[in-house]
Amino acid sequence: MPILELNQITMQFGGLTAVKDFDMEINPGEIVGLIGPNGAGKTTVFNMITGVYKPTRGAIIFRDKDITGLRPDLITKLGIARTFQNIRLFKGLSVMENVLIANHLHIKAGFMEAIAKLPRYRAEEKAMIAKSTALLERVGLKDNLNDPAGSLPYGLQRRLEIARALATSPKLMLLDEPAAGMNPKEAEDLTRFIKEIRDEFDLTIFLIEHHMDVVMNISQRIYVLDYGVAIAGGSPAEIQSNQRVIEAYLGVEEDVNH
Amino acid sequence: MTIDLFLQHLANGISLGSLYALIAIGYTMVYGILRLINFAHGDIFMMATYFAFFGVITFGLPWYISFPIVLLLTALLGMTVELVAYRPLRDAPKISILISAIGASFLLENLAIVLFGGVPKPFPTPEIFTDVIRVGSVSIQKLTFYIPAVAIICLTFLLYLVNKTKTGMAMRAVSKDHETARVMGVNVDRIILVTFGLGSFLAAVGGIMWGLKFPQIAPLMGVIPGLKCFIAAVIGGIGNIKGAVIGGFILGIGEILLIAFLPNLTGYRDAFAFILLIVILLYKPTGIMGEKLTEKV
Repeated sequence: MPILELNQITMQFGGLTAVKDFDMEINPGEIVGLIGPNGAGKTTVFNMITGVYKPTRGAIIFRDKDITGLRPDLITKLGIARTFQNIRLFKGLSVMENVLIANHLHIKAGFMEAIAKLPRYRAEEKAMIAKSTALLERVGLKDNLNDPAGSLPYGLQRRLEIARALATSPKLMLLDEPAAGMNPKEAEDLTRFIKEIRDEFDLTIFLIEHHMDVVMNISQRIYVLDYGVAIAGGSPAEIQSNQRVIEAYLGVEEDVNH
Repeated sequence: MTIDLFLQHLANGISLGSLYALIAIGYTMVYGILRLINFAHGDIFMMATYFAFFGVITFGLPWYISFPIVLLLTALLGMTVELVAYRPLRDAPKISILISAIGASFLLENLAIVLFGGVPKPFPTPEIFTDVIRVGSVSIQKLTFYIPAVAIICLTFLLYLVNKTKTGMAMRAVSKDHETARVMGVNVDRIILVTFGLGSFLAAVGGIMWGLKFPQIAPLMGVIPGLKCFIAAVIGGIGNIKGAVIGGFILGIGEILLIAFLPNLTGYRDAFAFILLIVILLYKPTGIMGEKLTEKV
């Protein structure tokens, strides 16, 4: 039983078809990659899954529930978390606060309880801070709890964004180019880190990545998009030898491994 | 000028500043969260005074029942403006929402003229607020002391709410980045609604106390205080709650002291706010507490 199923999803912006009849499924615990030249529609697929865009056609099924066109905050609550291609932390807030915000959706105590500082709220608040601290320690940010998120070095910002996504207690994590801008050493660390959190937090991971060594190394299966159309899907070895994939990549002039 | 007289002016300035601060917060919160200047805010403030008038004079309710109802109704009015005039335009260009805000403002003003009449009405002033007490050689209305006290209670409550509660944290997240806040599980529309409710609630607190201090109400009474409080928010750094409070006090105290020290400039009392705005925009456009502006993508 797949955890996520995309059935013929299509996204049109006016006359432009960004993604056309895309089909795919991800099984629980898998790490699946999504690759393709720039502008192939990869991030659009993420935006449809997370509810930022409502697909023009098609259905998105997450854990047996049709989530097509659901509000983003509700999709997050159902268990899909994401990170962004251009890191989108709350830069002025502290590292801790960034994670606390993501944790906040688990607080049950209401507004009035919070204002009155009732015992349940206090207990929950305490638990939340402990949970966030543990999470930040886990990702290697325990020395930076009170630093403004924007002041962290790039690699740590990526980790914080992942930690923040983890704090929403997801079942499925969407990572949009997690290794962007990283050198081979950093990318290697990240690959290991992603595998570790997958095991520790019992996650399923769907990632977009341009670093070919990262994506080939980490993914069990890979889908390839070109001009919004899926042109291939299969194991890393199959993808690497697929003639259409090679053409799609050679057909673009920019260096896709930027 | 004797020290007693100076203190009396200062007390008046602080009390006017408190009123400005309470109204300015509504501008700054909505701006922080939507990057929108809610032009209807001054008219929501005006509506609050009419609600109080009807509660106490028309329906004959005692002030302690009437005023809480006014706060609630005004909060609802603010939320209605958001639902009707702003939410449907959420994805529209900023200029459309701005024009919608101007439209909402004119609508409320003209609605008030049609429904309540253009002739100013007296605001009910229970004696408990208008009693005079003597401090040294000067006599001051009790209200002059109540206003800052009420304002401080409201501000403490608001700052606690914004900094310590789940809703407050969600507000801060929404003010930074709507899309990311959504992905964190924040219901952005609900938070925006709550923000309008809170801002209007505080405007109603300000409105009631304004009515007690200047007991005459009219449909266009919200225009100038609205503009001045918007200026207060800009002086403090728009989007920043503490900034709005500081801006409100600077404006209120400055205005009163200007008249006190230079009585022949009394006619320029409103101009003072606008001159201050120009100076601030020239020398510190982000305001006293303002963050550096970075364009959002």
